[in-house]
Amino acid sequence: MISLTTPITEEAVRALKVGDEVQINGVIFTGRDAVHKYLHEGGELPPGVDLKGGIIYHCGPVMMKQADGSWNCTAAGPTTSIREEPYQAEIIGHFGVRGVIGKGGMGDRTLAGCKEHGCVYLHAIGGAAQVLAECVTRVRGVYFLEKFGSPEAIWELEVSEFPAVVTMDAHGESLHREVFAASEAALQSRL
Amino acid sequence: MSALLESLIELIRRASAELPDDVNAALVRSLEQEKKGTIAESALKIIERNIELAKRKSQPICQDTGSVIFYVDCPVGFDQIECEATAREAVKEATRKGFLRQNSVDSITGKNDGTNLGPGAPTVHFHQHRESTIEIRLILKGGGCENVGAQYSLPAESLHANRDLDGCRRVILDAVLQAQGRGCGPGILGVCIGGDRATGYEFSKQQFLRKLDDRNPDPKLDALEQDILKTANELGIGPMGFGGKTTLLGVKICAANRVPASFFVSISYMCWAYRRQGVVLTAGQTIGSWLY
Ligand code: SF4
Repeated sequence: MISLTTPITEEAVRALKVGDEVQINGVIFTGRDAVHKYLHEGGELPPGVDLKGGIIYHCGPVMMKQADGSWNCTAAGPTTSIREEPYQAEIIGHFGVRGVIGKGGMGDRTLAGCKEHGCVYLHAIGGAAQVLAECVTRVRGVYFLEKFGSPEAIWELEVSEFPAVVTMDAHGESLHREVFAASEAALQSRL
Repeated sequence: MSALLESLIELIRRASAELPDDVNAALVRSLEQEKKGTIAESALKIIERNIELAKRKSQPICQDTGSVIFYVDCPVGFDQIECEATAREAVKEATRKGFLRQNSVDSITGKNDGTNLGPGAPTVHFHQHRESTIEIRLILKGGGCENVGAQYSLPAESLHANRDLDGCRRVILDAVLQAQGRGCGPGILGVCIGGDRATGYEFSKQQFLRKLDDRNPDPKLDALEQDILKTANELGIGPMGFGGKTTLLGVKICAANRVPASFFVSISYMCWAYRRQGVVLTAGQTIGSWLY
């Protein structure tokens, strides 16, 4: 188990390889469809959000507002990442993102972006909403809540020992590509 | 609050927060089978922990609480209109209590009014039987796994799939290959051979009402189920598509007649968060017993 703490250095990212299990500590920012499209179209990050050395999490969490105005995260599983494929590589490069958390993996453009800029794709366990919500120790803030609505907003989360697996690394390797090729060959011999 | 309304809210709560015993048992078995120290094993361990946590906190196992689908078996003379109205009320109340996420979107306006009610939401299927009992089953069908369902029209030339059982086997296994990494495996397949485009998918979903450890009474379909399960688990796709031994937890297949011109194979995919529950109601419409 490798511990990753934000902000992450390029060196730490380049040391990771496909199949490594990591635990993430520090601050991560959620972002899904609306945020990716907005940033890709040239939108600015709101003041207070710095993605340099940071992590984007493809997630629309369930948040409950507490009596004192703070937020409590009750479910925080990953959403399918491939929808962000048209935008992800440029966003990684432009904002200096070092990690993208999601599920299902991403395509060749993102893989190339990871290699070029020094970033990794971190696969969280799909459906594990309760376990992952428990790793969120504090909700530090929310941005674009009015503009995009709760699931699509940028939530700033403090996490502790958030588990994920490196399935696309900064050396051009993808576990998804590997497993697909091997399983396709295995199937051919069983038809 | 009517007894039926209370029973249905409890049915929704339990379906959302607790997996049925047969599914839990299958997940425990697959965890034992995965090689120690692999990422497949870690993934299944997190899944197990998640199941335990959801049950203890009485909270949704997965945040996508899915499409809400009721199946009601009822005696002749049962008031279906009243039952459907109560089911809608129960969904609204269960959403308010947080057993269901605000999960239903108007397809034209994009609006989510937070009630989980709308055209086709929830779906309630009625079926009359000659017994005097009322049985209500519920499936919460997640979106990620619904997206990887597939309908093939045979012959499918690129897959060398003809209009026979071998052709069916080829397309079903192709669906398993294509679904990998998406849809939160290990998964369960519900398949219908034949029917039209609508009934094919409908019957394929009904297969999810079967228990994982039951056997198909039709020997040909039983053999196909066992074969697909075994073959899929030899492909090395594994939980989440990480590689590993557990690709599928179960395969359930039915057949429906078709017209000579069509030959559809419809495949629904269910994720590991296989939320299915059911109740037999008492005469007073309280919960008499649980079906799973
Ligand atoms: S596919 Fe199933 S487990 Fe995965 S996110 Fe959807 S409902 Fe949850």
